[in-house]
Amino acid sequence: MATISQPALRATGGTDYSVIIQVEDIHKYYDLGETRVHALRGASVQIERGEFVAIMGSSGSGKSTFMNILGCLDKPSAGRYLLEGIAVSELSKKELATIRNRKIGFVFQGFNLLSRTTALENVELPTLYAQVTKEEGQKRAREALQLVGLGDRIMHYPSQLSGGQQQRVAIARALVNRPSILLADEPTGNLDSRTSVEILEVFQKLNDDGLTIVLVTHEPDIAQFSKRSIQFRDGKIRRDEPIQSRPLASEVLKNMPTLED
Amino acid sequence: MDLMQIIRIAMRALARNKLRSSLTMLGIIIGVGAVIAMVSVGQGAQKQAEDQIAAMGSNMLFVSAGTVTRGGTRMGYGATKTLLYEDMQAILRECAAVKAAAPGSQSSAQVVFENDNWATQINGTEPQYFDIRTWPFAEGSSFSKDDVAMAANVAVIGETVRKNLFGATDPVGQTIRISNLPFRVVGVLMPKGTSAAMGQDQDDIILVPITTLQKKITGQNWLRWIMVSATSRDASYTAQQQITALLRDRHRIRPGQDDDFFVRNLADMADLADQQARLFTILLASIASISLLVGGIGIMNIMLVSVTERTREIGICMAIGATEGDVQQQFLIEAVVLSLLGGAVGILLGMTTSYLITQTLGWPVLVSPTAIVTAVVFSMAVGIFFGFYPARKAARLDPIEALRYE
Repeated sequence: MATISQPALRATGGTDYSVIIQVEDIHKYYDLGETRVHALRGASVQIERGEFVAIMGSSGSGKSTFMNILGCLDKPSAGRYLLEGIAVSELSKKELATIRNRKIGFVFQGFNLLSRTTALENVELPTLYAQVTKEEGQKRAREALQLVGLGDRIMHYPSQLSGGQQQRVAIARALVNRPSILLADEPTGNLDSRTSVEILEVFQKLNDDGLTIVLVTHEPDIAQFSKRSIQFRDGKIRRDEPIQSRPLASEVLKNMPTLED
Repeated sequence: MDLMQIIRIAMRALARNKLRSSLTMLGIIIGVGAVIAMVSVGQGAQKQAEDQIAAMGSNMLFVSAGTVTRGGTRMGYGATKTLLYEDMQAILRECAAVKAAAPGSQSSAQVVFENDNWATQINGTEPQYFDIRTWPFAEGSSFSKDDVAMAANVAVIGETVRKNLFGATDPVGQTIRISNLPFRVVGVLMPKGTSAAMGQDQDDIILVPITTLQKKITGQNWLRWIMVSATSRDASYTAQQQITALLRDRHRIRPGQDDDFFVRNLADMADLADQQARLFTILLASIASISLLVGGIGIMNIMLVSVTERTREIGICMAIGATEGDVQQQFLIEAVVLSLLGGAVGILLGMTTSYLITQTLGWPVLVSPTAIVTAVVFSMAVGIFFGFYPARKAARLDPIEALRYE
């Protein structure tokens, strides 16, 4: 793992908001013919710069909907969501796309890399939609891959990489436009336990360096590596508490057996 | 994102499914190829018609004896006996736009040389006829003015007649029998081929002095036609008016009464032939366009499949910041790349086909740059038109749904 010495990859932006995410009583419902499904029934959260939050909850608890709204993929039906002071619910689709591109980095459970496209090109992809020159985009992509410890595999295709490596590529892709926040949706769901901890080690190091991370998971084992856990149930926040005595992934790894036979 | 980048990504997407992409392209290849080949054939025909008219002399006018109605029976052109040698002299004297004129009278007869015989058209005229029609001699020369004055038994024969009567024998100096009269062959005309305007074999003809034909064969003193050449192509319309006015006056035709003669302007006929050839081209091109249309539908079909297949990829791109416009543009460019590549190969196919048509069928073919430019523009338009709906569909996807798509 390369040392994290990329302050530029932290949140950028003129005004330094200490509060990155401010959610006030948001609701989300879907009208399915006659019935109305309430996915969120009034959630309020404030997340500050440099936090590492785990959002927990069983399926149907509303955590995915919440995550989609945080990621500007969806708009709340009611309530206010401010991302670095910007009222997201008032933006057009095009502006939302720009926000996703500049301020948010996504990491998904299924990695979601483009196949037959090298690691480098996958990581470069978000820079293509930003006003960044090709040279600059490529430079940033190399740096981001270096940062997640894949500097020597930039020309590999996803099919030539292990699950953990693919997820690192996805993390690099999420970081390449220097977002304000990293949103990870079940990032370890498809990984074995050792690789999961390795990914969490990456997250912890990025967070130590100042990156704000929101992690969605239903596994308490994973959530304990964060600094704060928010529990969803039935579309509402049930618990919101700091994590006491969180383990360091790098320490945990030392005591885990390597899977090499 | 700059255009090169988009094209690069589009190429990669197309390369992912090489067989499918090339089959889709095949539709456009055949469409564009067919359009180019058909337009080339059509334009070749048009060019040939124009060349033939030009060879006939586009400043030529053909005055023919008109129709007459006798007891309710209309006799057809050439039935009147009112067109006379004096009319021709008057035309030469009084019509300023006329440069030269030659009289003509016509008959048909069985012609015999040794053991061969052949039925053909016998035309009586004067030597200037060959100049007016710009009809050169392959062998020998025209009969002279003296021959006309003396009603000499001399004949000029066309290529078809030569082939049928003489074969390998040199006809000049030989004697043939027309209606049992001996005629000495003085010249053989260069082949002119089938006339584009009238569709008849112009070489199946024998020309003799008009006096000989009138006095010794038909016994008629009226003319069947007068061949006139105007001073220029533009003057041919003036000449037509002047001749019409003069002949009406000479034949004492009252206003409102029909002409007893008929003036055909070859410039008119050239226009007509041109128009027909153009119509032919349009017809061929529109039939070929149908295959281009089918090719376009193929593109649309494959793009729709592709959008469905790549739903997840579209979702990823949207999540990392692609706008609707970006996605739409990407798929549209992909369709255009597909159709343009197909168009490029189609041009090659069309040109090859045109070449083969010329080689095997012997048709005149003209591959015009216009047809090629049109084909390129057309295939691009097909790509945009048929790529638009699938691209729109891709752009309208909901990113959350798209990311969840399996």
